[in-house]
Formats: sequence, C-alpha cells, structure tokens
Amino acid sequence: MNSKIRRILAVVFFTFITLLFLDFTGTIHTWFGWMAKIQFLPAVLALNLVVVAALVLLTLLMGRIYCSVICPLGVLQDIFGWLGKKAKKNRYSYSKPLNILRYIMLGVLVIALVAGVGSVAALLAPYSAFGRIVSNLLSPIYLWGNNLLAMWAESVNSYAFYSAEIWIRGGVTLIVAVVTLVVLFVLAYKNGRTYCNTICPVGTVLGFLSRFSYLKPVIDTTKCNGCGLCARNCKAACIDSKNHQIDYSRCVVCLDCIDKCKQGAIKYVPRNKATQTSEAAPSAAGRRAFLSASALMATAGLAQEVKQKMDGGFATIEDKEVPRRKTPITPFGSLSAKNLAQHCTACQLCVQVCPTHVLRPSGDLMKFMQPEMSYERGYCRPECTKCSEVCPTGAIKPITKEAKSSTQIGHAKWHRCTCIVNTDNVKCGNCAEHCPTGAIQMVPKNPNDPKSLQIPVVNTERCIGCGACEYVCPSRPFSAIRVEGHEVHREI
Amino acid sequence: MNNKEMGRRSFLKKLGAATAVASGASLYSCSSEDKQAVSVTSSKAGQGEMTYRTHPTNGDKVSILGYGCMRWPMIKNAEGKDIVNQEKVNELIDYALAHGVNYIDTAPVYLQGQSETATGIALKRHPRDKFFIATKMSNFGTTDFDACVNIYKNSLKNLQVDYIDYYLLHSIGGGKGIETFNERFINNGLLDFLLKEREAGRIRNLGWSFHGDVKVFDHVLAMDVKWDFVQIQLNYVDWRHASRGNVNAEYLQAELDKKGVPSVIMEPLLGGRLSKMADHLVARLKQRRPEDSVASWAFRFAGHHKGVLCVLSGMTYKEHLVDNIRTYSPLEPLTDEELQFLEDTAVLYKNYPIVDCNDCKYCMPCPYGIDIPGILLHYNKCVNEGNVPKSSQDPNYRSARRAYLVSYERAVEKFRRADLCTGCGQCNQHCPQRLDIPKEISRIDKFIEQLKQDTL
Repeated sequence: MNSKIRRILAVVFFTFITLLFLDFTGTIHTWFGWMAKIQFLPAVLALNLVVVAALVLLTLLMGRIYCSVICPLGVLQDIFGWLGKKAKKNRYSYSKPLNILRYIMLGVLVIALVAGVGSVAALLAPYSAFGRIVSNLLSPIYLWGNNLLAMWAESVNSYAFYSAEIWIRGGVTLIVAVVTLVVLFVLAYKNGRTYCNTICPVGTVLGFLSRFSYLKPVIDTTKCNGCGLCARNCKAACIDSKNHQIDYSRCVVCLDCIDKCKQGAIKYVPRNKATQTSEAAPSAAGRRAFLSASALMATAGLAQEVKQKMDGGFATIEDKEVPRRKTPITPFGSLSAKNLAQHCTACQLCVQVCPTHVLRPSGDLMKFMQPEMSYERGYCRPECTKCSEVCPTGAIKPITKEAKSSTQIGHAKWHRCTCIVNTDNVKCGNCAEHCPTGAIQMVPKNPNDPKSLQIPVVNTERCIGCGACEYVCPSRPFSAIRVEGHEVHREI
Repeated sequence: MNNKEMGRRSFLKKLGAATAVASGASLYSCSSEDKQAVSVTSSKAGQGEMTYRTHPTNGDKVSILGYGCMRWPMIKNAEGKDIVNQEKVNELIDYALAHGVNYIDTAPVYLQGQSETATGIALKRHPRDKFFIATKMSNFGTTDFDACVNIYKNSLKNLQVDYIDYYLLHSIGGGKGIETFNERFINNGLLDFLLKEREAGRIRNLGWSFHGDVKVFDHVLAMDVKWDFVQIQLNYVDWRHASRGNVNAEYLQAELDKKGVPSVIMEPLLGGRLSKMADHLVARLKQRRPEDSVASWAFRFAGHHKGVLCVLSGMTYKEHLVDNIRTYSPLEPLTDEELQFLEDTAVLYKNYPIVDCNDCKYCMPCPYGIDIPGILLHYNKCVNEGNVPKSSQDPNYRSARRAYLVSYERAVEKFRRADLCTGCGQCNQHCPQRLDIPKEISRIDKFIEQLKQDTL
C-alpha cells in the first residue's frame, strides 16, 4: 500500500459514488450500487452486520483507510485540500485533538438515532452530506449537460440520449447543501480534515478502532531529522513531529507523510515491527464549530389564461400544487413512517433516482430532508422499485414489483367539489382508467338515473396509494382524487 | 405556349432564368440521354405553365393549385405564444402568385383566428384582381344570426377586401347532420342573408365544404339554391376507401358532376399522410417516377377529374410550394394504368394501422390541455418507421420500444400526453375525419403503458 494506490482507489470510489447520485438511467446502480451500501453509517442503520464487521476489521487492520478511500465526503475534502496546498505549500500544522467535541457529536448522533430524530443524524452523517451536495448542486449541471446532448441527439434523430427534468425538489435541502459545501470547502482548503476529526461521528468511531490497527505509519526516530515536513503536510493535523508521535485516532492513512519525508523515516508497517509507537494524549480545547443554517423557500403556481374556441393552439395548463396531507406518504418498502425516520440519513439517493419525480426531501424538522412522496409530477409506477434498490440504510427495504402491487402505503380519497364531472359537467373517468389495482369504479352520480354522469368510488381495500389517480386527475391545481398516507404500510 | 414543339433548352430560355419553377425543374429533370425503361415514366412536370380550370358558369380561370391557409408557418413571440410568421407568409404568397397560383383559401377559425388577418396582410400587397379569395362561415360555436353576420363582416375586415370571391358554409355534415345544418344556416335566416350578399356582389360565389354525413350532402345539393361550388375531401385513398363516417369521394364527385357544380378539393394529401408514408409505399411510388415526389402522385390524382376546379394544399414550407407548382405546371393526367396503380396503393395503405388524423387541429385546443394531433401524429410516425411493436417477441422490440418512448417524450409535452386525456369527448364533434378521438388516445395510452411496463 502506498499513497499512489490509495489515490487511485479513492478516485474510483469517489467517481462511481458521485455517479450513483447523477445517473438517472439506472445503469451505474446495476454495477456500483454496492458502493453506497458499504458506507458505514448506512450499513449500521441497515443492520448490515457483514458490512459493519468488514469495515471494523478493515480499520483494525489498516487504520482509517475508509476515510481516505471509501468515504466520498473525505475524498471531496481531499480535493479541496489539494487546491489549498496548490495555493500554499506545507500549510498544515499539528494540533491537539478535540476529543470532548468528538465524543459529544457521537453521543448526539446515538441519542438522536435511538430517539428516532432522523434529522440530526442526517445533518451529521458524512455520506448523506455528500449525497445532498451532489444531488442538489452537481446533479442539475449534469442533467443540463445531458439535456444538451439530448438536444443534439434529437437534431440527428438519435435515441441515444433523452432529456431529463430539472427541478428544485426541496428549497431547504438545497440551502443545507450549499451551507455544508461552503463550510467544508473553507475548512478543508485551510486545514484539511477538520470536519472528519471534530464533527464526523463515523470518523470518531473509526478513530477509536484505528488506535489499535495492525498497520500504521510509524516514524523511525533513528532516521528522522525533525524537519517537520510530515506534520506540515498532514491533513489530519495528527503528526507531532517534535515528539515523533502520531495520533492514530485522527490519522486517515493518506500516507502523504511517507511521500514527503526525504529521510525515508516514515513507514506504513505492522505494529510489531514498529521501532516506536506512541499515542498522543487526548486533551480538550474547543476551536471550531460547525455551522448550519436554513431558510424557507416557497414555490408558486402559475397564472391562468382565458380561452376562446378557435382551431389549434393549447389550453394553458395550471401547475399542480402539493396538497396538505394529514399523513405524509412514505415510499413502498419503507414499512412505516417510523422505520423510515429511524433509518434514513437523508442522503437523497432515492430522491435522485426516482424516475417519476415522486420523491422529494421533507421540510418537516422531525424528518428533515428524509424522502416524502407527492404526485404532482408523476406517480409511483408499478414497474419501478428503484428507490428500494438503492437505499443503503434499510429505510426503504428492497421490494419486488409483485409485493409492491399488494402493499398499501395510503389510500385515495375523492373530493366531490373539485372533480370535473361536477365542476365542468363532463364525462371523465381517467382515475378509474389508470388505477393499476382496479380499486376505482365509475358509478352514476344520481343513483336513480343510470344515465347520469359517472363519478369515481374508491374501494379502499384494494387501493395501494400509488397516486396514479391523483396524477392523471385533470382537476388543477389540486387533484380531485388525492392520496392520504398510512403511518404503517400493510399488505392487502 | 406549346411545350411539345419546343426544345427544353429553348423553352427554358423563353421562360427566363428568373423563375424558380424552372430552377426547381432543372434540379429534378435529367438530360435526354437517360430516358428510362418502360415502367418508369419520365416526368413532364415543371416544364410548362400552371394548369388552369375555367369555372363553368362565371368563367373564372382558377389555378388548379390553391393555397390553403390553415398551416401557415408559426413562430413564438416574446411571450412564448405561437403567432403566424408574417414575413414568411408574405414570401410564400408572393412566390405562389408569381408562379400562377390564384386561389387562396382561409377561414376565420384557422390558426387560432390568425389566418385571415395574416393572409389579408400578405394579399394586400397585390392587386385585388390577381387572386380569388375564399373564406368561410365558421359558425360552430353559435347559431345566433347577429353573431354569424359578425363572423362574415370580420372576414371582410380581416382580409381587407370589400368582396369575397368564394364563400363557404364551413364544414357541413358534422354534428347531428341535417338538424345541425338547419340550426346553423336555415332556422336563423343566415343562408338567406348570404344569398342576398351574393346578389349584392359582396359574395361572388357561394358554396359549402362537406365532411361526414352523406345525407347532408345529398340534402343540401338537392336544395333549391344555385350552388356555385362545393368543397369536398378527395384523394386516392378516400376515393373508394373513405374512413368510418366519411363518404367515398368517387360518389361525391359523381353527384357534383351530375349537377354541373365544380368541386374544390381539400385534403388531397390527408394532412401529409400520403406524403409521409411507410417505407415500402414510398419505394413503390418512387419506383415508378423516381424524379417526382411522393406527394405529386396525390396531387395528380386530386386534379385528375375534370369537374375539379382547384386543389387546395396547406403549404407550410417553400419546398412544398415549389414541389406542388412543379406537379401542376402542367398537370399531367394519370393514365388508366396509373389510376389502377394508385387504387392498389390505397388498398395497401388502408392495411396499415395509421390513425386517420390530418392534423387540421379543429379539435384543439383541448380544454384539458391534451396535444391531440401531437399524440396521434407521433403514433403514425412510429407506425411508418416500424417502431410500433406488436409484442415483446418482435425482433426489433427493444430498439422500437426505446425509439417510441424517447421520441414520444420529445414530441409531446409531459402534461399534454395521452395519460391525461379525460375521455370527455368534447373534441369528437369538431373532428372532420370523424375519429373517436378519446378512443384512439386511450388505445395509444394503453400501448404506451404496455411499453413502459414491458408487458406487451
């Protein structure tokens, strides 16, 4: 293992994990979906013991290599740090660990998870922070590029590319992503891995393990001339070159120090072969704080237009608005609102892959940025199980198409006063026509007149809450048939 | 000018390099050396002057090619609304008139009501005696006498003329047949008013356009009114194979011939469907006359019958105009063998599962925002291109599925697609082709669902 291999691996992981959030065709997920599932916190939440055990073993063997290779947020910080080092060489210096802050953060996370307050975990977890940054900030650029290609493809009558819809799924989430990115950039640009060694709960847990790792970078005091070059290039600020000591709880095994040492005094070697090992004494001093802020954004409907009967042209279509639902709808496979809230780290992967734009991050503080469903732009199509396939935390458990067709996540409710059969006095029945479970029947409005216009009736027992009826309903801005979520999903 | 006695070269000299018909013709025609084998006919098209037909009673010399103003080129204005591209309209009208076209047909409802005004602006730049203008009483929304008279007066105003050469009762035969006809024109005294306008000379010729119920055709033709002309849908498919709810043109034309009423032809190309055909039909037509366009067959057929005064074509692009002028300069009559060939082609065409939509947009705007012609034309395009698989076992299923779904997303906006059709049926009464539109849309929607769910 040397820094070159570490860098190559890091680039590979970083690239494909980023692509997981960008790719809307599902191709990358088929091959690299596992990269999201081996993320530490998601694996813990999914109770994926195999992955957790493997990561613990990896750390006990090689140190916090996870933080330098597998964690995309770690690699992102390395990129920012690399930019920082270009601006000013040898810019880092040793600092004492802030262990109290680290353990407080870890404690907060554990308490939040036990209490089921997903929003706190969502803010602290590194993988989901990365997911939010990519899905909110990079993805629009990626899609825009894709749409340019699609335009080109259209001009040459090729079907190689098709355009994708770009929209802001959640204003608050976008702001959180921007703030996270800015804070991380500043921290990483100036001081390297500050976030990883003060805030990140995964870093703290792995740091605890890595103290006892088998392989470690070790300073050979016989060769060391005390130049301090290693310390000034240590992004984790964990090399105390004066005392020839390395704080292994903070070392992310980037191995840059080995490259930098002109004397060849640092080696990545097994513990028992080390000529000198030591640990820095923990001491506490608050220095930096992690900031997060949020604000609200409102989306507005569109204006209406008066129409007259001439040939041609289009009637203006009013945008649909998100209705108020007493119980939010949670995706098929999430089992219950509680299961989702407890396991979800709000990484936005499901939101990102949802092909019909049904999923979007919640603005509710208790389930902050966790996925929520609504059917203005599409409905949860019967042939799609993408969100359940990509979820790394078990918040949305894998579900088959068949199981989905018999799982009830909510039920449709008809609203008499907005249905066009009543408002426009015309024939409709689009909800019944598109219901995949046949839960909607059309019956004459007037029980005594079989020829009267027909209205929909919902057989709640057969309705699964997929929202097909709500999406295809012509009533705008609010559909006349809308889905109410269920707190606990059930089989029908 | 007698072309037969004149060499091609000297003819071209006489015609002068200025005319673009000639330049169009020289693009198509080949030198005398490569005269083709027996079955392939060398085209005489574009080698002479526009064919004219003389109106049997008033003596009007009408160009066999008439300009239909239902499909003017559109552009988006600053607010993103579709408006007529006036500059292009002027160019097209100038070109058409310069090449002998003199019959211009519009209606108050075309292009969301913009057609008459745009056509009027373009024609105002030419002497009034150089063209015949045709427009219509499009009283579909109201039968109120004053409102109808207002439609007529607005036509004069929008077209900036003080008389109309050919005035039509627009699209009779729809709705409830004779009942609807009486409501629109008889009970309210509108026909009497129009007859008086004819006496006064503000309407030079009075006639009607017909789609649909044959009873209405027979009834109105038998009325005690001197009709100066009648507009019918005629093409080599509708000649003997009219779609459900329409009448074979062979019958309509024969009835008109009996009465000595000249006909004006609409839908000679079925809204482009007889030009945008499946590959094997294109090959079939091109094989016979490689130099001529697929559309030229349809135009030769439409103009073939002696009782035809004029064939209308809604030419959006200059290329269409140039090609049609070429076909009709002069019109080369079809031989009996060619007539049979087109009849056989019609049979082959009818076997193809095309939706009979001519993109006239009478159904639009759909009150629920559906892009009806967009959905239907896209389906037809995919049928023609072989991208409508019958089952997932078809050899090209995967590529056809992708082609259909991707091109559908491109062709029709998300919230105007088939899945949002409510099936209310308000469009049906407007369809001159008498399609059951919600049924067609629903059929296509189910097909798309099967493609999406991969359950075909």
